Amino acid sequence: MLGIPTKSKHTKGHNMNEKTLDFIEPETSVKVLKVTGQKSSRKRILDMGLTPGTRVDVIRRAPLGDPVEFKLKGYNLSLRKREAETVLVEVLK
Amino acid sequence: MTEKITVALAGNPNVGKTSIFNAITGSKQHVGNWPGVTVERKIGKRVYNDVMMEIVDLPGTYSLTAYSLDEIIARDFIIEEKPDVVVQVIDATNLERNLYLTTQLMELGVRLVIALNMTDLALAKGDNIDEKKMQEFLEVPVVSTIGSKGNGIEGLLEAAIDELHKTRVTENVFTYDDQIEENVEKLRAVLESDPYFAHYPSRWFSLKLLEGDENIIKKAKESNSYSEIQKIMNQTDAEILEAKVADQRYKTIQTMLRQVCNINTSHLSGSDMVDRVVTNKVLGIPIFLSLMWAAFEVTFTFGTPFMNIIDIFFGWLAETATNVISVPWLASLVGEGMIAGVGSVIIFLPNILLLFFMISLMEDSGYMSRAAFIMDKVMSKFGLHGKSFIPLVMGFGCNVPAIMAARTIEDSRDRLITILVAPFISCGARLPVYILLAGAFFGRDAGVVIFGLYALGIMVAVLSAKLMRSTILKGEDTPFIMELPSYKLPTLKGSLIHMWERGKIYLKKAGTIILIGVVGVWLLASIPAPGSNGTFASEEVYGTTKSVIGMIGQVLEPLVAPLGFDWKIAVALVFGVVAKEIVVGSMGVLYGVGEDEESLSNILAAGAMTPLAALGLMVFTLLYVPCFACIGVIKRETGSWKWTLFQLIYGTSLAWGFAFVIYQGGTRMGLLA
Ligand SMILES: Nc1nc2c(ncn2[C@@H]2O[C@H](COP(=O)(O)OP(=O)(O)OP(=O)(O)O)[C@@H](O)[C@H]2O)c(=O)[nH]1
Repeated sequence: MLGIPTKSKHTKGHNMNEKTLDFIEPETSVKVLKVTGQKSSRKRILDMGLTPGTRVDVIRRAPLGDPVEFKLKGYNLSLRKREAETVLVEVLK
Repeated sequence: MTEKITVALAGNPNVGKTSIFNAITGSKQHVGNWPGVTVERKIGKRVYNDVMMEIVDLPGTYSLTAYSLDEIIARDFIIEEKPDVVVQVIDATNLERNLYLTTQLMELGVRLVIALNMTDLALAKGDNIDEKKMQEFLEVPVVSTIGSKGNGIEGLLEAAIDELHKTRVTENVFTYDDQIEENVEKLRAVLESDPYFAHYPSRWFSLKLLEGDENIIKKAKESNSYSEIQKIMNQTDAEILEAKVADQRYKTIQTMLRQVCNINTSHLSGSDMVDRVVTNKVLGIPIFLSLMWAAFEVTFTFGTPFMNIIDIFFGWLAETATNVISVPWLASLVGEGMIAGVGSVIIFLPNILLLFFMISLMEDSGYMSRAAFIMDKVMSKFGLHGKSFIPLVMGFGCNVPAIMAARTIEDSRDRLITILVAPFISCGARLPVYILLAGAFFGRDAGVVIFGLYALGIMVAVLSAKLMRSTILKGEDTPFIMELPSYKLPTLKGSLIHMWERGKIYLKKAGTIILIGVVGVWLLASIPAPGSNGTFASEEVYGTTKSVIGMIGQVLEPLVAPLGFDWKIAVALVFGVVAKEIVVGSMGVLYGVGEDEESLSNILAAGAMTPLAALGLMVFTLLYVPCFACIGVIKRETGSWKWTLFQLIYGTSLAWGFAFVIYQGGTRMGLLA
């Protein structure tokens, strides 16, 4: 639904590898499936290149555990866990 | 006759836009604000081939949605002011994401020229970019540049002028899926039949409407065709559409990239290697703290000798002026009022210049975003952004540059809160007050008391931030989505320009209001109180009961009496607004011991005030109205008297409340008796 935050803690589903981005351990690569969340942050996350199908490498967590650093499209991006939670991904083997 | 054109400079943050802007305009630039907001606006001039170009630096943005104030400013400038040419600066080492903005500029139908910047770094990385092919694919001129060295600038200007003289602007269009296209066409038909929209590119406007862009919908609401527009808009799901649009743009970019360049993605970049250490789990925080410490040392330790020289110079100047001018009141106005006033402004300049030099090194090298990355967890607990940490830490030296440092925070609400709470961080100028009072009343425990004051300042700052975040500045939390740009070697020239820009702003804008304040206080201290038969600005009147300020002190006395302060303290606190360390000096004068601090502390300890009142006075000095220089920059940086006043009232109320509880509560409980 438009504008309504949809918190999806997707761990089940048909695909066992389907998770939200905040659950992914560093040094793992994933593929973006969908961006949910509130309108403004969703739009920005898409603009930054986390469009469905994009490959994202999880690099590291900040020393205090949050935010998390990712690499995608050849550049580095950091999101708080709260934002990462809105990105549904599939772990790449 | 020379032709006059406007060129807008657009681009993502950190792509070298400022370097290109400086290379084009040299020293001919003017820094101001965008109308109504405090986002910085830089305009420069350059004459090239008989064409007079006005270069407008747009805020750095990743996209042209209405996500942030910066994006709205950049976009509104392009669609409303219609610059003749838009130059987009692109980071060649980061093409894919940079070109996303390009696709949006192209959809806007502007005359576009691309400055392919950082080509030296792309080459070093092993990327191979075919500009010619890129130009063919995009149908937009592409010129390679190296912003930091000023290479390629003339070619860029030439391309901009050529573009202007082309008769046809290529209608650059991306096609989306059939359903979107169908709705776009329907909307276009409506828009094109309504003259209200003639000003806007119709295809772009239609797409934005379908994406549910609030800013654009607002514009559309003012037209007569809005109900019709709404009907079409309701047929699409904005959420699905925006994902599709973003996806399609990136797909187009990928298709192009496969044809025009060969990007080396295999190896670990130098930047990644640095980050392994700098943002390391164990080393990250110690490295960050050491760098903070270094920045602090450079700013305040290196600054001190310069400050002393300035102090001595203005002291000498004031004395000379007083001696030379034979009319006593004029001598006092010039010496004690104006020269001392100008001195109190200029004395901060070394700190400001050094701090901004350090900050610009951190920003230009790319470390600033790592610092925010490391500190964000802590700051987010108080509703702040990781980037708020640096301004707050700098506040321990001086609140003035700290408030100015809040410019590095992009989100306007985060920036405002940081500015409003920064004055609670105990700056160096409050220390003389603590040393005097804590020394006089707490002897061996003075160190603990002073430490406690610093801790109180931090607590008040962060808790106030939290409070403001959950009350007056409430709203959806700003999402934290931050790029960590690759490290670059900053250039000395770039950092110096940056430093001087800040210094100039401080001198010009803050200077005026500080001067007015200082001269105002001088007048109050010099004008004899009605009824007293003193002479204007005579020594016998200046700052005593016989002056207006003395009268004000006596009027204020009932207000501060519950805190255990007498009228002399009230006057000292009024003087303290000029600069906090003056509290000590003026207490000396008022208690009749001159500048001799030892006899002042003897008098105080002998019973002029109680230890509880002294503790209250230190807390009051920490929290009440900041100095004029601070007030000046708060006004300048928030762009609003309302927020400036809010800070003054909020701080003073807190100061009064704390001092009241300490004095009254302590007395009742028989503490420190
Ligand atoms: N090697 C190299 N460095 C560059 C080039 N252009 C700019 N830089 C450096 O990149 C850093 C950032 O440049 P700026 O000009 O401040 O970039 P900006 O886009 O204005 O950045 P923001 O003001 O943060 O948006 C500086 O350290 C520059 O010296 C270039 O072509 N090659």
